[in-house]
Amino acid sequence: MKVLVPVKRVIDYNVKVRVKADQTGVELANVKMSMNPFDEISVEEAIRLKEAGTATEVIAVSLGAQQCQETIRTALAMGADRGIHVLHDGDLEPLAVAKMLKAVVDKEQPELVILGKQAIDDDANQTGQMLAALLGWGQATFASKIEMGDGEAKVTREIDGGLETISLKLPAIVTTDLRLNEPRYASLPNIMKAKKKPIDQYSPDDLGVDPAPRLETLKVEEPAKREAGVKVADVAELVSKLRTEAKVI
Amino acid sequence: MSVLVVAEHDNSEIAPATLNTVTAAAEIGGDITVLVAGSGSAAAADAAAKIAGVSKVLHADSAEYANGLAENVAPLVVALATGYSHVLAPATSFGKNVLPRAAALLDVQQISEISGVVDADTFVRPIYAGNAMATVKSSDAVKVITVRTTAFDAAASEGGSAAVEAADAKGDSGLTSYVGAELSSSERPELTSAKIVISGGRGMQNGENFAMLEEVADKLGAAVGASRAAVDAGFVPNDYQVGQTGKVVAPDLYIAVGISGAIQHLAGMKDSKVIVAINKDEEAPIFQVADYGLVADLFEAVPALSKELDG
Repeated sequence: MKVLVPVKRVIDYNVKVRVKADQTGVELANVKMSMNPFDEISVEEAIRLKEAGTATEVIAVSLGAQQCQETIRTALAMGADRGIHVLHDGDLEPLAVAKMLKAVVDKEQPELVILGKQAIDDDANQTGQMLAALLGWGQATFASKIEMGDGEAKVTREIDGGLETISLKLPAIVTTDLRLNEPRYASLPNIMKAKKKPIDQYSPDDLGVDPAPRLETLKVEEPAKREAGVKVADVAELVSKLRTEAKVI
Repeated sequence: MSVLVVAEHDNSEIAPATLNTVTAAAEIGGDITVLVAGSGSAAAADAAAKIAGVSKVLHADSAEYANGLAENVAPLVVALATGYSHVLAPATSFGKNVLPRAAALLDVQQISEISGVVDADTFVRPIYAGNAMATVKSSDAVKVITVRTTAFDAAASEGGSAAVEAADAKGDSGLTSYVGAELSSSERPELTSAKIVISGGRGMQNGENFAMLEEVADKLGAAVGASRAAVDAGFVPNDYQVGQTGKVVAPDLYIAVGISGAIQHLAGMKDSKVIVAINKDEEAPIFQVADYGLVADLFEAVPALSKELDG
């Protein structure tokens, strides 16, 4: 069974994001970039399926600028077998990404695609669901546990009220939530080995997809700032202020 | 203009998140239709008809909609979407699961988790965990949108008298089946709609200590939440998590106990009206957003708080 794992290059989650002065976006120059944390969880899950003998090959896919190859190399160093890079300079929206991933799925015929539930840059939370729709496959979003069976998968999902378990026919789409696993760090020998693993490159044109954005971003602003308030001396003062000043209890 | 709101419900009651979504629909303007897709869900459809501002309820009642599986609900939304200028759902685990699937089938680029309506085509949404706010304009024929429920007031659940019309079911996709759920049962209010929330972080040290917060919560009629650190450490279940990757809350009063205030947690609660932080580390970032900060050991402060509330 082949497993396809899309990975996105985003601003590292430890970086404090700054809005550009001209309000056209956020500052990306000289900012540390990394693999989207939810995608690291996807890569880890795919590698564990391979280690368990369920998956035979793990393919990491990334879409975007040339530097996305670094993100693919990270997945390869973790243990993915090979990479696919769809080169495109410019913004990509989830619908266009899902269409290009569908074309990659049509070529590679994986039985499982594991995606992060959302990317920490645009916070869209759409690509997995859209890919499932375009392929006509079942989807298990926000997964915290995956059990592979014969021609099907049982997935526990994190939902607002607790946990829900669904069963999916394969092939299928899974999107990962935080508690699915803890991603490994790549070892130095594996980082060296990853440099020799193959990465195929395509253009959106090769895949027959128009990547032009549908949404126009008019401006990007700083959120309203919250002012720090006062320190209270003790619990009695706190309760008194909540009662008489803030009037919330 | 006409807006289709995909209702979240449990077949008997309408989820509060649906009421916030109706308000967002009203800000866009035009007639509001609510879709209730369920099984044995007449009570939910009747409740939807009573929501103030709703002019019509479409009720698709069939076994395949019992558990809100996206593979079954999305084709129904797609079939009904023609004739509407906007399709809205709450940005809850239900709406986030279903709506992008419908959007892709409609060949529409969805706008996720809007926090503001500028005009019928233009919306504000948080990006980068709320560290930036983007204003985006859509040129798609149908706008498909999920709504950040804390950014819109709840519509009145009574006062409307919409007609309920039956909608044709579209059948079972056969792709997925529902196995079961483990839902947290609690007498306390739901986290996302509670007026007061008290949350614990890594400083709580273990799950048993959350009993202290529950005691205070019960005195205040509050919901209990947690930071990602506390959930990851296994102190409490995942559905307690407040933060960018958990639930976004905006209560009148948010009490953060033993929470340092990581960006990802702040993204989930910084729109609360009044924030209280109790932490023994006076350098903790949570104090930068707190209206009232108490530098104290929570194991002394929380029992004292409970006692003070009796007085």
